[in-house]
Amino acid sequence: MINKIILKYLLCFALIYSCQDNSKPNYQYMPNMYEAIGYDTYSESDAFSNGIEAQLPVEGSIARGWQPYDFPNTNEGYELAKAELVSPLDSISDLTQHTKNGKELYGIYCAVCHGSKGDGNGALSQREKFLGIPSYADRDINDGTIYHVLMYGKNAMGSHAGQVNELERWQIAEHVMELRSDLIK
Amino acid sequence: MTDLKKSDFFSFKVLLVFLLILPLSFSSYGQEGDHVEGKKLYNTYCASCHKLNKRAVGPKLRGVTEKYDREWLYSWIKNSSAMIKAGDAQAVAVWEEYNKSVMTAFPQLSNLDIDNILAYTDYIPPVVAQATVNTVQSAAVSQGPSDFIMNLILVLLVLIFAILTFMLVAVNRTLLVIAKSNGFTPPEKKPKKIPRKPIWKAFAENQFLVLITVAFLLLSSAYYSYAYLMQIGIDQGYMPIQPIHYSHKIHSANKIECKYCHSSARVSKHSGIPSLNVCMNCHMYIAEYNGEEDLENGYTKDFYTKEIKKLYKAVGWDEENQKYTGKSEPVKWVRIHNLPDHAYFNHAQHVEVAKIDCQKCHGPVEEMEIVYQHSPLTMGWCIDCHRESNLNVESNEYYAKIHEELSKKYGVEKLTVAQMGGLECGKCHY
Repeated sequence: MINKIILKYLLCFALIYSCQDNSKPNYQYMPNMYEAIGYDTYSESDAFSNGIEAQLPVEGSIARGWQPYDFPNTNEGYELAKAELVSPLDSISDLTQHTKNGKELYGIYCAVCHGSKGDGNGALSQREKFLGIPSYADRDINDGTIYHVLMYGKNAMGSHAGQVNELERWQIAEHVMELRSDLIK
Repeated sequence: MTDLKKSDFFSFKVLLVFLLILPLSFSSYGQEGDHVEGKKLYNTYCASCHKLNKRAVGPKLRGVTEKYDREWLYSWIKNSSAMIKAGDAQAVAVWEEYNKSVMTAFPQLSNLDIDNILAYTDYIPPVVAQATVNTVQSAAVSQGPSDFIMNLILVLLVLIFAILTFMLVAVNRTLLVIAKSNGFTPPEKKPKKIPRKPIWKAFAENQFLVLITVAFLLLSSAYYSYAYLMQIGIDQGYMPIQPIHYSHKIHSANKIECKYCHSSARVSKHSGIPSLNVCMNCHMYIAEYNGEEDLENGYTKDFYTKEIKKLYKAVGWDEENQKYTGKSEPVKWVRIHNLPDHAYFNHAQHVEVAKIDCQKCHGPVEEMEIVYQHSPLTMGWCIDCHRESNLNVESNEYYAKIHEELSKKYGVEKLTVAQMGGLECGKCHY
């Protein structure tokens, strides 16, 4: 009889431990305290026709802290940006914080391809995942074109507008121009 | 006669060596230009927009020498936009076909450089190289047969043993039959049972033993039940299968910063699941996987390439024409790290202000082929860290005064997060 009890006891634990399945989330004590009533970030939602919570802003709306960018994503737009687009940082006398930020952001978003020196020899280039990344010294670029390309991308480079905001783009442009002048020297 | 043969053989050898060297030094087409030099130039100047066998930003370059006149190619590569402006029919056609994207002018390339590049685009590796590829492949395949032979040997061994047991049984039976026919009865196998007290009865009669056992069972079941109840609601080790097999291991081996993809970790509450256009920043160019394989787990090059194609399907990228089709579908990533709704956590605060490494909470993500939850994410775990971690007060002049006063109040050199109020309920629950 006691043997049987021990057996049951062991079986019970075996059952509990065999239920552990890492591909599924664990039980919760009070799910209604854990799960949001409102839509969670990235959650599914039947309120919209495409079934997801994350929606694009209505066309024409401007997010807070953003400026509309009027230069079109064409070759003409590129030339226009080269000629007319001026960095707002140009009018600031003390750039230390901006250049510091620019360097840090460059390290995150650009250096992996363009290299920390801007010579086109980043980690992806060294590992031959990406080939033919030009050196900044070989291209006729200025603040305006850098901002434009960060905004829209060019050729094999994609747009980085979603990853860095307006000010950060200008800070990166500042750092790229610094690297370029170092390379040309 | 023999002499002649010998010299024949010698000349054949020379010819063979020459043939082997020939493709290394000259283009196999006999066209002027050195493909080795050309490869270097190609990788520096052309490869960002062109691929040899596939359309990329620009057209594929293999066979371009047959398509266009060489002089035309010279002037196109040196300054294509001038040709378009001049109204060269072929130039305008190419320009129109590739979405009017202007090819960068390369005035620094000489005609010889261009010849070298073109030699590389026409260059097809000689058969020798292919033979080595074949041997490598056959070596890889030969692992298969060795496995097969091992299995065969095992099956044979099992068969032999089965036959042996069968024979033994048969021999035993015939021996018994013979013994019986001779009037001999084999002795009983089981000796008569001596009645003995069963062990459970002996156990039940020993009250001390019963007491000890019951106490032990009660204590251990209390311990296990407590442990079981405590882990409810904790998802440490949670490792769901994602719709696209994205390997953090491979991507961080390429030295891509965490924040490149999880860019909102810098500025917002959420670290953010990167939208697919972030993937396409690299994968517009990288269409197939060419890195290391993990055959044991079935992570072959083919496997990874298929996962990239899943990305293309979801984002609506037409690889053939290098265009977005506009038909995209959301990828249903499974969220792993999830705090209960009644707790607030902000990534930006920890990443930008405290400058904590992602790995501190998320574990060795750079080694994870499949991501799992490394930390328990319980309140006790948060509190422990807030008690132990020091504040980074340097170059934070705005709060210098309060930091100083707090240091004085607690009589410490370095403030912890807890001393600054990192344990207050309202910081995380509101």
